[in-house]
Amino acid sequence: MAGYEPSLSPKEAQVDTYSPLARAPRWLKVYYGLAAVVLFTTGMHVPDGYLSPVTCAVMFALALPFWVLGLRRVRETLSARSAPLIALMAAFSFVIMMFNVPLPGGTTGHATGAALAAIVLGPEVAAIAVSVALLIQALLFGDGGILAIGANCFNIAVVIPFVSAAVYRWLASGASSSARRRVAAAALGGYVGLTVAAFLTAVEFGIQPALFHAADGAPLYAPYPLAVAIPAMVIPHLLVASVVEAALTGLVVAYLLRINPQLLRAGEGAQPAAEAGGRRGLRVLWLVLAALVVAAPLGLLAPGTAWGEWGAEELAELGLGAVPRGLERLGALWGAPLPDYDLPSLGNAGLSYVLSAVIGVAVTVLVVWLFAALLASRRPAEGSR
Amino acid sequence: MSRALERSLGEIGARLEQSLFAEEVSRRAGLLQSLDPRVKVVTTLALIVAANLARRAPAIAGLYLLALLLAWASAVPLGLFVRRVWLAVPLFTGLVALPALVLTPGPVLAQLPLGLAVTRTGAVTVLLLLLRVGTSVSLGLLLVLTTPWPALLRALTVLRVPDTLVLIVGMTYRYIYVLLRLANDMFLSRKSRVVSRLSAARERQMQGAIAGTLLARSLHTSGEVYLTMQSRGFRGYGQTLRPGRVTWRDCLWAAAVALVAALAVLVAR
Repeated sequence: MAGYEPSLSPKEAQVDTYSPLARAPRWLKVYYGLAAVVLFTTGMHVPDGYLSPVTCAVMFALALPFWVLGLRRVRETLSARSAPLIALMAAFSFVIMMFNVPLPGGTTGHATGAALAAIVLGPEVAAIAVSVALLIQALLFGDGGILAIGANCFNIAVVIPFVSAAVYRWLASGASSSARRRVAAAALGGYVGLTVAAFLTAVEFGIQPALFHAADGAPLYAPYPLAVAIPAMVIPHLLVASVVEAALTGLVVAYLLRINPQLLRAGEGAQPAAEAGGRRGLRVLWLVLAALVVAAPLGLLAPGTAWGEWGAEELAELGLGAVPRGLERLGALWGAPLPDYDLPSLGNAGLSYVLSAVIGVAVTVLVVWLFAALLASRRPAEGSR
Repeated sequence: MSRALERSLGEIGARLEQSLFAEEVSRRAGLLQSLDPRVKVVTTLALIVAANLARRAPAIAGLYLLALLLAWASAVPLGLFVRRVWLAVPLFTGLVALPALVLTPGPVLAQLPLGLAVTRTGAVTVLLLLLRVGTSVSLGLLLVLTTPWPALLRALTVLRVPDTLVLIVGMTYRYIYVLLRLANDMFLSRKSRVVSRLSAARERQMQGAIAGTLLARSLHTSGEVYLTMQSRGFRGYGQTLRPGRVTWRDCLWAAAVALVAALAVLVAR
C-alpha cells in the first residue's frame, strides 16, 4: 500500500482493485534499481520540479547557517587570503565533478569531490567552496535546480563535507597515524559522507507524495514514497556512487601523501588546532546523528517493509510462492531484541521509534569503537615491522 | 585508449563549448537582452516559482510556451533551446519517473502485460513532473543565455547575496577555465603517451594523480592570486561597477510577469 492511499476517496479506492507497490513484480524493481544505478551515479543534483517550493525553502533555511558559519570561520582564520583560496577550491570541485572514475567491472562514475575538499580545507571552508561550485553549475549549466539550490547545497556541500571530515578525523586522528590508515580513513569518509547525503536526498524525495498531492491523490512533485525512494537512492549509492567517491578521495589522498604530504598537513593546520577540529567534527557528527534519530519516526510514513528486509511472511505476501526453506529455518534462530523496532511496553509508536534509533546508534557506536580500539592496539606492532 | 579518459576529455570539451555559446547569445539584440539584469533575475525566479507552485498541467505548459516565445523574441536559436532541454530532461527525469506510471495507485488507464496497469493518477504525475522540470530548466536557461555573466553576477546582489560571496563566485568562474585547461592538458598529454590498454587499477591511479596534481595546483595558484591581489591594493572587499537604472520598460516587464505568474498559480486552484 502506498503512503498517500488514505487521500483517495472510498469510492475510488474501491475502483482500484490493484495495489501496485506490494505486488510490483521483481523485474520491475530490478529495472528500477538498474535505472537508478545509471542515473543517480551521474550526480545527485536535484533539478527543479522534484521538490515543492516549500521543501526548497526549508532546505535553504537549513543550509543558510552553515554558509554564515563558514564565511565567519574563513574570515577569522584566513582573513583576506580566503577569497582566492575558496574560489580556487570551488573551481577545483567544479572540475573534479566532471572526472570519470573507472570502477572494477567496466563502469565509470562521477564523484562530488566534497569529501576531498573537506579533508584538505576543513568542512566549514569546504561547505562554502562546494556551494559556490553548485551555484555556478545551477546558474550556468542548468545542472541542478535554481529553486532547489538550498537542497543541493545542504545535501552535497554541507552533509558530505561535515560527515566525511568527522569520519576522517576520527579514524586518522593523531600525527602518528600511518599513511595507509589515513588513506583508508579518507576513503571511508567519502563513502559514508556520500551515502548519508544520498539517504537525506531520498528522504526529501520520499516525503513529497505524502505532503503534496492533488485532490485525487496524484503526487505533485517527486512521485515515490519513502519506501521506494530510500532503497532506490541508497542502494545504488552504496554499490556504485559512494565507491566512486571513496576511490577518488582515497586515491588523491594517497597521491598527496606520496608526493606532497605537507599539503594535507597545511590543510589540517588551517584549522586552529587539528585535535580541537577533530572534537568539533565529532560534535557535528553527533548532532547529525541526533537529528537523524529525531527524524526516525519519518519511517512511520513509509508503508511496507524496507526493500530487501522482508521476513518470511512478507516474502509470501510479496508473491513469492515458496519461501526459501533456509530462511524459514534460520529466521526463527535469531529473534531481534527489538522486533520491528518496537518497544511493546510503550504505547507511542513515534517515541519507541526514537528510542529504537537511540539504542541502535548506541550499539553501532560501541561496535565501531571496539573495532577502532582493536585497530589502534595493533598499530605499534605494524610500525615496528 | 581508455574509455574513462576519453569520456573525461569529451565532457571537459563540451563544458567549454556550452559556455562559449552562452556568451555569444547574450550579446545579440533581443527582448530579454534589453532588460535590466536585476529585474530579469527576480522575474525569472518568480516564473520558476510559479511553474513549481502551479497544480495544473495546462498552466505549466502555458509557462513553457511563454518561455519559447521569449526565446524567439530574444534571438535564441529555438531548435537548440528546445533540444538542449528536452534531450536531457527525458533521459534523466523520464527514466526516473517511468515506473511511477504503474506504481502510483489510482483508476486503471491501460492494461499492460504481466498484470501491470498504467494508472490515470500515475500518468498525471509523470506528466506534471516532466513539464515542471522542463519548464524550470528552460526558464533558467533563458536567463543565463540572455545575460552576460558579469551582469548576472552583479544582479545577484539584489537577492542579498553578500559581496564577498559574489566576489568569490566571480573568481571561481574565471578559474574554472584555468583549471579546465590544465586538466585538459594533463589528460591530453597522458593520452598521447598511452598506446596500449590500461588496466582499470592503473587508470584509477592515473586519475587520482591527475586530480591530486590539480588540487595541489589549485592551492598553489590561490596563494599566487592572493599575492597578486595584495600587490595591487586589495583591501578585503571587491568593487563592482554601479548598476544601471531601472527604466519604465523594466517596470512594465515586471508587472506583466507578476500577472502571468499569479494567473498560472491561481488558475483552477
